[in-house]
Amino acid sequence: MARYILRVNGQDRQVDAEPGDSLLSVIRYDFGLTGSRYGCGEGQCGACSVLLDGAAARSCVTRVGSVGTKSITTIEGLAHGADGPGSKDLPLHPVQQAFLETEAFQCGYCTSGMIMATVGLLKTNPNPSEQDIARLMDRSVCRCGTYPRIVKAVRLAAERMRTTNGIMGGGK
Amino acid sequence: MSDTLTPLTEIERYELSEQRRYVFELERRDFIRLFGAGLVVAVAAVDTLAQESGRARPQSRGDTPDLAAWIHVDDKGRAHVNTGKVEIGQNIRTSLSQTVADELRVPIASVTLVMADTDNTPFDMGTFGSMTTPRMAPVLAKAAATAREMLIDLAVTRLHVDRSALIAHDGQVIAHDGRAVAYAELMKGQALTGTITSPPLDATAAWKIRGTAVPKVDGREFVTGRHQYTPDVTRPGLMYGRIVRPDAFGASLAAVDAARAKAIAGVSVVRDGDFLGVVAPTERAAARAANAIQARWNLQSGQPSSDTVYDYFKKNPEGRTQTPAVESIQIPSGARTFEASYRIPYIAHTPLEPRAAVAEWEGDKLTVWTGTQRPFGVRTELAEAFHVPEERVRVIVPDMGSGYGGKHTGDAAIEAARLAKAVGKPVKLVWTRAEEFTWAYFRPAGVIDIKSAVNGDGHIVAWAYDNWNSGGAGLQTPYDVPAKEQVFHATKSPLRQGSYRALAATANNYAREMHMDEMARALGVDAVEFRTRHLKDDRLKAVLAAVAQKIGWPKASGPGRALGIACGTEKAGYVATAAEVSRPSTGSAFKLERIVIAFECGAIVNPDGLKNQVEGSVVQGLGGALFEAIDFADGRVRNGSMEQYRVPRFKDAPLIETILLDRKDIPSAGAGESSMICVAPAIGSAVRAFGKVVTALPVRLA
Repeated sequence: MARYILRVNGQDRQVDAEPGDSLLSVIRYDFGLTGSRYGCGEGQCGACSVLLDGAAARSCVTRVGSVGTKSITTIEGLAHGADGPGSKDLPLHPVQQAFLETEAFQCGYCTSGMIMATVGLLKTNPNPSEQDIARLMDRSVCRCGTYPRIVKAVRLAAERMRTTNGIMGGGK
Repeated sequence: MSDTLTPLTEIERYELSEQRRYVFELERRDFIRLFGAGLVVAVAAVDTLAQESGRARPQSRGDTPDLAAWIHVDDKGRAHVNTGKVEIGQNIRTSLSQTVADELRVPIASVTLVMADTDNTPFDMGTFGSMTTPRMAPVLAKAAATAREMLIDLAVTRLHVDRSALIAHDGQVIAHDGRAVAYAELMKGQALTGTITSPPLDATAAWKIRGTAVPKVDGREFVTGRHQYTPDVTRPGLMYGRIVRPDAFGASLAAVDAARAKAIAGVSVVRDGDFLGVVAPTERAAARAANAIQARWNLQSGQPSSDTVYDYFKKNPEGRTQTPAVESIQIPSGARTFEASYRIPYIAHTPLEPRAAVAEWEGDKLTVWTGTQRPFGVRTELAEAFHVPEERVRVIVPDMGSGYGGKHTGDAAIEAARLAKAVGKPVKLVWTRAEEFTWAYFRPAGVIDIKSAVNGDGHIVAWAYDNWNSGGAGLQTPYDVPAKEQVFHATKSPLRQGSYRALAATANNYAREMHMDEMARALGVDAVEFRTRHLKDDRLKAVLAAVAQKIGWPKASGPGRALGIACGTEKAGYVATAAEVSRPSTGSAFKLERIVIAFECGAIVNPDGLKNQVEGSVVQGLGGALFEAIDFADGRVRNGSMEQYRVPRFKDAPLIETILLDRKDIPSAGAGESSMICVAPAIGSAVRAFGKVVTALPVRLA
């Protein structure tokens, strides 16, 4: 057992864990940030996706010992950075807003992960084609089958984020 | 409280596993006391259980009715709707709110649904069979309209005008002279109970909130990650459980060495017969403890495999004797006969939220949060498992990370409650994905044999249809055939099985439509024309024609491409699906390029919600059509991981074009299931252009 200090949503958080423990279990159970979901534990469904230094990562197969000083952003930290989960009136991140407007979900269980994966994708590819989205999001699963809507949401978010001149939010 | 629901006509065998034992009493004075000021309208549902599994309805308890739902309008003018239905992503929290808001004449934001909490919502058999829209929505419409009429009655004395001069609008009652009184004002100090008579209901054409694309009422909770599913529920002093699973189906526990697990701080090991589990203060410690246990299991030999199961079905009837296969159909001399046997594998629901439960005992009162489509059925399971009266068990279902028919049972609830009882603390149990793939239940596998005959005019004259184990839904052909016999044969199943979205309608429509296609091809008749000449149902003809037109039938969009088509009706929904496939120069045998689907389910309540459901069920249907199948042998699932068991992903979703036919003149049917039933035969028949296809799912070239 070792003590780790992790930078989560702009705050330093302390946890005692084995180096091989999954980051997801720490986020959910030690930090109480349950917006990151457990779907498969194999890194195959993407429901647990978070940002590590701005890049999408599957927290269920990310070992705590490998995180180091990387900044972790979860869905709770996306819209309002260091403030953590806030009131209902706080503005949403453009990706969240796009998912909401296109209703790119049904049961919503994959939604946090889809949104985080999208934020990561748009950082490296601000103007993805539909084929790019399908290719880059292919390891995220929506069992309700809302893929066509998610593609629309990603495109809408991309368009808005380009026109607002790169105000991306979400991580450092 | 005189209104009733009409009896269910049929409940599919795999929809229900348990008969409830007791009638849950909730008397009016109790909820008036509970709710305080306002008015409450309750709806009885005395007949909803009459047909359940063919068994007798529980005895009447005097004049206390079963309730289907109730609506409470409070002194802030807000409507609280209590229903035992469960939100699983099918969007009924929104669509039912639309119904109430519309009839009550309030903004949608004034309506709150309390769903699926056995202490606070009326008994409900379960959320399945696409029954919420055709059954619960009309009930709520009547209750809301009754409340509205009562509010108008109250306003008569308040405004001293003739009743005919009043209308309800936007949370107020308004007189023709412009004076208005808000519902909130009318409800102050009131404690009224409503009796449903026959309130005037809006004609479909007068719908204002229904029929529109109202956004999901709690959509923001999902995009912010704030929504709490069962795995997110916490309790003071919560402990974490894991189950130690047998090595194979049917195994019994021979010996346990738990010394290493018990050495982990705070860990308890719980053994009760073949049940073996651990409880720990943290989730990670529970996982470590479960892995540290050495258990030896006695295995059962000679279990069928995914290869041999189809023969097994025909040789292992559920009862003592096998129902005979159809033989009595007379085939006219000179008719051309067609015979084929179609195989349907087991598939897994794979909801992204695994089975989970949080269980808490306070003395002998048990409260369980769990994801299930049958909260009251799970309450019964818990009461039986722990020998406590149902009144001492409360089941609460947070809106679920879906189920697709796979969460009718209370396995995780019972396991969590058993662990919680052992340690005297609340326990959370979240199944791993590996547990999901083996210890949940599956969509039934089956064999479907069809023998048909066509006369010289190209008309089907005989249709003999035997279905072993798949199920009865969608068994009856919609085509006009003079001599037909269609039989479902109940058999033993080596794997645990249960309902799945659209039930056996997917299997039966796959087999029937592939067979229709085969006959049309052999006769050299256009597949749409061949179907149409055997159809009398105009609604089915309408969706078929709409799809054929949209996809450009019979001509594919370019060289190297081919079309396939299928149609069917299920749960009062009508669907036709066409697929376009291409043949890549290298790699896979075919590629799905495009799906066109036409769906009609009567009057559309929420067009955007419906489109989402239809598209989603097409994508989910691609799984069973193209790659999903449980591979098993010796009592073990051999592809039980997300990596090995392929579900549809982004790259698998083709262009999907959805046509929704809105029939305002026909009552709304449910729509969460039926739209998936023709995906597989549409693709399968298209692929036939490239060669002989195997008569089995998933679709593949021979």
